[in-house]
Amino acid sequence: MLYEQIRQNKRRTVYVLIGFVLLVLAIGAAIGYVFFNSSVAGLLMALVIAVVYSAIMIGNSTNVVMSMNHGHEITSADQAPELWHIVEDMALVARVPMPRVFIIDDPSPNAFATGNDPQHAAVAATSGILQILNREELEGVIGHEMTHVRNYDIRLQTIALALSAAISLLVNIGMNSFWWGGSRRDRDDDDNDGGYLQIIMFIVSIVLVILGPLAASIAQMALSRNREYLADAGSVELTRNPQGLISALQKISGGEPMQAADSSSAALYITNPFKNERRFAHLFDTHPPIADRIDRLQKM
Amino acid sequence: MITAIVIIVVLVVLGIIYASLYNGLIRARTYTQESWSQIDVQLKRRNDLIPNLVETVKGYGHYEQSTLEKVTSLRSQLMGVPSDDHQKAMEVSNQLSDTLKSILAVSEAYPDLKANEEYSKLMEELSNTENKIAYSRQLYNSSAASLNMKLQTFPSNMVANLHHFTPADYLQVPEEEKSAPKVSFDN
Repeated sequence: MLYEQIRQNKRRTVYVLIGFVLLVLAIGAAIGYVFFNSSVAGLLMALVIAVVYSAIMIGNSTNVVMSMNHGHEITSADQAPELWHIVEDMALVARVPMPRVFIIDDPSPNAFATGNDPQHAAVAATSGILQILNREELEGVIGHEMTHVRNYDIRLQTIALALSAAISLLVNIGMNSFWWGGSRRDRDDDDNDGGYLQIIMFIVSIVLVILGPLAASIAQMALSRNREYLADAGSVELTRNPQGLISALQKISGGEPMQAADSSSAALYITNPFKNERRFAHLFDTHPPIADRIDRLQKM
Repeated sequence: MITAIVIIVVLVVLGIIYASLYNGLIRARTYTQESWSQIDVQLKRRNDLIPNLVETVKGYGHYEQSTLEKVTSLRSQLMGVPSDDHQKAMEVSNQLSDTLKSILAVSEAYPDLKANEEYSKLMEELSNTENKIAYSRQLYNSSAASLNMKLQTFPSNMVANLHHFTPADYLQVPEEEKSAPKVSFDN
């Protein structure tokens, strides 16, 4: 059951990521078609922007994310023995190097992992989570974060952020040339044999440009939700103790929203730091409902 | 000419396959050995902590002398186990874990002892070590499982037979021992 779930999640993640890249390229082509009269130019532009953005984001250090979320680093076991030792334990079983450890001074219980790869990873926990969870529960939470590290979710999340940013840049470029360019329409009038096909292409492109950013955030959230189930499963693989994570999730879900969290990092946390329970907007959730996660854990 | 080329290509491909199977086996065996040495490190660490623990709790006088003696004797017994006898080492270690657990359980009833800073530091160290023993044993068992899997499945079993790889033993996990880390950290 557990291993099957992990495999299934990995497959789904690949589909979503492929879809995401195709979306960036399609939006690039649409913008090229509508605003510059050349889909290929738009496609190339999208490719270049996506690659450059991803490279910049991957190069960005852990420090940026940590300072956005007001984390301070601890460098020895004396500063927070329990947290430090648990991170050591989980790194040991997950066979990854010891990540950097951060504490965020916030009474709300939460935790997250970030970085580029297991060699340059960091784990953060709020002071609130350290207070309300016992050792077993904290092991479940840190196991969850360590799975994000081991599975390269931390890098995937950074790339997803980069691709979303690329889409909004593309749309901005398109809009600017639409308002200031103006040359496109003249050429269209000369072109008489286009007919219905061109009108349809034009409408489809416009729709794509308008809905693109929306689709991007839906894709990003779907990616994140799948990863959460996978990390829950991975945590149990490490600790062999589903009960610890279940009761941790129950305790965390009763907590208050975070003060210190940065909104673009929301997807990184173990549970949504802002707790907005919008009933009809589940498409935009970064995290699956806690009840669902507990349900899956109980079936393991 | 063409036949010669075909034969050479086939030989090269076979050589590459052979090498990668062999490397995979070596990797699995190294992981297994390495994870045993992790356990070994933790067992030694705990042995180093025990004299301190005995020294700290002795002053409180709430302990039966026999329990403390048992801990000390198990400790020296563990030190005497030959380094390649994994099963024996784990068996003694499990008994030691149980005895330590009973010491820690008794101390729960004495607030003055719990308030002792030296003692609470020792407690964290000890429960950290117990956890690490359990986790490195888990890692050892999964490494051993993946080595044994390679030894039994085709085609890696052919290479393994040629080089006389031997399967790794699993370490038994006693049922009650699983709860050892819980000792006292519930709020």
